Amino acid sequence: MSDDHDHHDGNDDHELRVSKIRDGTVIDHVRGGQALNVLAILGIDGTNGEEVSVGMNVPSNRFARKDIVKVEGRELSQDEVDVLSLIAPDATINIVRDYDVVEKHRVERPDVVEGVLSCPNAGCITTGDEPVTSRFSVLEDGVRCSYCETIVRDEIASLIDT
Amino acid sequence: MRHDHLITSKQLSRGDIETVLDYAAEIDADPSAVADRHTDTLLGLLFFEPSTRTKMSFETAMKRLGGDVVDMGSVDSSSVKKGETLADTVRVIEGYADGLVLRHPKQGAATMASEFVDVPLVNAGDGAGHHPTQTMLDLYTIRENAGLDDLTIGIMGDLKYGRTVHSLAYALTNFDAQQHFISPESLQLPREVVYDLHQQQDGTGIKEHDSLEEVLPSLDVLYVTRIQRERFPDENEYQKVAGEYQIDAETLEAASDDLTVMHPLPRVDEIAPEIDETHHAAYFEQAHNGVPVRMALLDLLLSDDRGIRGETDE
Repeated sequence: MSDDHDHHDGNDDHELRVSKIRDGTVIDHVRGGQALNVLAILGIDGTNGEEVSVGMNVPSNRFARKDIVKVEGRELSQDEVDVLSLIAPDATINIVRDYDVVEKHRVERPDVVEGVLSCPNAGCITTGDEPVTSRFSVLEDGVRCSYCETIVRDEIASLIDT
Repeated sequence: MRHDHLITSKQLSRGDIETVLDYAAEIDADPSAVADRHTDTLLGLLFFEPSTRTKMSFETAMKRLGGDVVDMGSVDSSSVKKGETLADTVRVIEGYADGLVLRHPKQGAATMASEFVDVPLVNAGDGAGHHPTQTMLDLYTIRENAGLDDLTIGIMGDLKYGRTVHSLAYALTNFDAQQHFISPESLQLPREVVYDLHQQQDGTGIKEHDSLEEVLPSLDVLYVTRIQRERFPDENEYQKVAGEYQIDAETLEAASDDLTVMHPLPRVDEIAPEIDETHHAAYFEQAHNGVPVRMALLDLLLSDDRGIRGETDE
């Protein structure tokens, strides 16, 4: 786990990190310790050769510590990043082209997330061998399985289907 | 998703419920009037869990409408034993039948199965989830005996795993009903169910108790459910807890003279047999009501000229 742009020089660390990517997406202001979960939710594990940089628990103005994830060569869509709101509600998304940030937006809570989380209820039909994609509706303070209706409020990251 | 599957009582409005109950009353008064409404209809029965009365009453209802059933039989003798998925099973049986009735041990099974079929699918129980046709016959019995509005009902026993309880509680939020839930702490309503009840009815009509004593005199209906041995780690604990939620003639001395006692059956020892002969007992009538109510539901779901337009929560 390394970040070749790590500069612990205070206010500008965020800008420096962003500016060093050529084309792709920077996910910033991820809660400290959640970067690997961000990658897991996005289904990025490096096996497809993506160039990915991860900074964990780096100093931040907004939080004491934050994580940052940079994915070179891939622009993540709003739908793709909105699911991150479940574990990184304060994340900001920067789309970078030719070293410039061309779009900057926040993650928004989606109404439904599909195929990302797995239901923790062993009695749920989705936990067997059925050909069904998991589906959770997003509540104000948690998620709810659309099949067995189990509500999960804490430890949502532990449900990420890896 | 089609709107003519019946998956949960949550999908039914007060209007839908009244349509079914009114039609059931019509059928109950003159069953012969509908005896040949479905002479060409085959209903597929898929019971992945043992059932006596639910399965038999669906079979009776279909036959009394002039139709017939095809039955998957027990899981032991079916292809399920060979590892077939539920999604495959329902897609195969859909080709044989005009409608499906599904009971399955997994929660959400009916929701999932309904996504794979085009014929109407009726949930006859999905694990600890829902059992909406039981709810309809419960509501029918309550309406006949006490009325559905200005109702004070106590629901007692295993409220955690009792799917009949969850379905009934949701449906009653459509009416002016005060619901008292009486159970040992370990078998209280699941938090999911409480959440939904509060969403539907702002919580004012819902109270939880650990003892029947304090609410019994105010009740119009007492709905008793079985507390199962297997929910407890040992026999002593079971005996201690279950004993507090059994009723006999002495218990009912504190009740209103008009109290109606219901039970989805089978009972073990929650209701002493001495109550059977009193005017309070409505549980056998309740079981009998399963036929006209399921006849009404099946006719509404399977007919082109009638229909209930319950919106699902999808």
